[in-house]
Amino acid sequence: MDYESILSKRVQNMKPSGIRKFFDLAATMDGVISLGVGEPDFSTPWSIRKEAIDVLERRKIVYTANSGLAQLRESVAKYLTKKIHVDYNPEHEIIITVGGSEAIDIAIRGLINPKDEVLIVEPSFVCYSPIVEMASGVAVPIATKQENKFKLTAQELKEKITDKTKLLILPFPNNPTGAIMTREDLEPIAEVLHGTDIMILSDEIYSEMTYTGKHCSIAELDGMRERTIIVNGFSKAFAMTGWRLGYLCAPAPVTEQLVKIHQYIIMSSPTISQYAAITALESCDHEVERMVKEYNIRRRYLVEAFNRIGMTCFSPEGAFYVFPSIQCTGMSSEEFCEKLLEEEKVAVVPGNAFGESGEGFVRISYAYSLRHLMEAVGKITKFLERHGAI
Amino acid sequence: MNELLHLLKTNARLTNAQLADMLGKTEQEISTEIQRLESKGVIRGYTAIINEELTKTTEVEALIELRVTPKKDCGFDDIAKTIMMYDEVESVCLMSGMYDLALTVKGESLKDVAMFVSQRLSAMEGVLATATHFVLKRYKEKGIFIEDDEFDERSLVW
Repeated sequence: MDYESILSKRVQNMKPSGIRKFFDLAATMDGVISLGVGEPDFSTPWSIRKEAIDVLERRKIVYTANSGLAQLRESVAKYLTKKIHVDYNPEHEIIITVGGSEAIDIAIRGLINPKDEVLIVEPSFVCYSPIVEMASGVAVPIATKQENKFKLTAQELKEKITDKTKLLILPFPNNPTGAIMTREDLEPIAEVLHGTDIMILSDEIYSEMTYTGKHCSIAELDGMRERTIIVNGFSKAFAMTGWRLGYLCAPAPVTEQLVKIHQYIIMSSPTISQYAAITALESCDHEVERMVKEYNIRRRYLVEAFNRIGMTCFSPEGAFYVFPSIQCTGMSSEEFCEKLLEEEKVAVVPGNAFGESGEGFVRISYAYSLRHLMEAVGKITKFLERHGAI
Repeated sequence: MNELLHLLKTNARLTNAQLADMLGKTEQEISTEIQRLESKGVIRGYTAIINEELTKTTEVEALIELRVTPKKDCGFDDIAKTIMMYDEVESVCLMSGMYDLALTVKGESLKDVAMFVSQRLSAMEGVLATATHFVLKRYKEKGIFIEDDEFDERSLVW
């Protein structure tokens, strides 16, 4: 069969994720030390797992309401009030989704008409542009810079706004840079958006992982809640990646439309995960705090270590990545990653996988034990020495 | 707990430079703090966690439960302190529950340990009863897996 002519042109034109090839190569090698994954190394806290076991034993595992278990939506509302001081009505303004990923998908599909422009702060997670393109929208990257600690500035935003701009995707704390936006950083952004019809998709999946102060959501700022869709989830904060559970919060007229997409493509999010997530939100503060403390130790270690060996690295204040520059090697991001894998069997992710502005950097995850990180740093140091970069 | 102690408990061989990086302090501050903790007696020592099965040692280890009569005025301290003087005794803890003291004892052979219990411990004044449990295999010690490295189930996705 001539699959090429059969399959959707749009899907065929979709770029495969930039690092797939690289990861496939790493997977064929033995003894690779990876700094590549973007999920916690901690196990899901036991109380959450126990709740899931109890649910399996006691309950029928049936569909929940389309927008999610009422009790879970109430817990999400309480959690957000506590964390970001923004109130959402659990009945009409919260949808429980299959991971943050589905929340991003339905938010974009629910907003975009053909040719609408979507501003995507880059470097950032890889899914935004493909989803925008699937929805016939136009992805417009906004490159952030290391000298600004990879924060979005009002000037950069203004330059990209046109009369077709529909949506701004604001992914902070950021994967891959570890950048955060404080209230002071967000205020000028809010000022630019005031009085426009531009919506915001605020991807706050790493909101629990901040190291220099509490996370601030743009929805907290005057006049922003009405235009903001908050995306968050359980994967990173509670080490629940495989449970596939996230949520989105937005004003009722928005969720009323988005829940239709969710209803048709998903029906309802995984029931066992939803029950367990109530436990996560209501009784795991201590476990989250312990994980964040541990991440912070690793973060400080890596920043110092990379700066010392000449891979200059701004101090990331969120998520669990450092994003050092590889300028000292004179190599491109991909060249660096391929050689490092070949020669030292250490896998890191090329920065340009997260947008062109990530060229010249690599993403290093610290969702690994200190022992593992120290071993990897030793090997990277050897690599730099061999290539005359130190 | 103090983050420095937490790190040293997971790996006592971290250098002062590494500890300084991890805790956002200078090497000098770390070295001063460690000296302070040592001189105050907070840090009592540093040790290694060893998989004995990979060494040539034939030592055996036993967990011993002891029921004893507390002494007037000094409770269990007196007998615990006497017991801990034996080189064979690795650890001594006062317990709540069915028995009073829990010891770990090491010896060259099963017989060695058995003799120590019957001749030294049982004979001691105030000891009412003993129960000896030999350690057959050690899986985890001080948070560290003895045989296997933890397997990373995560695949390279993102």
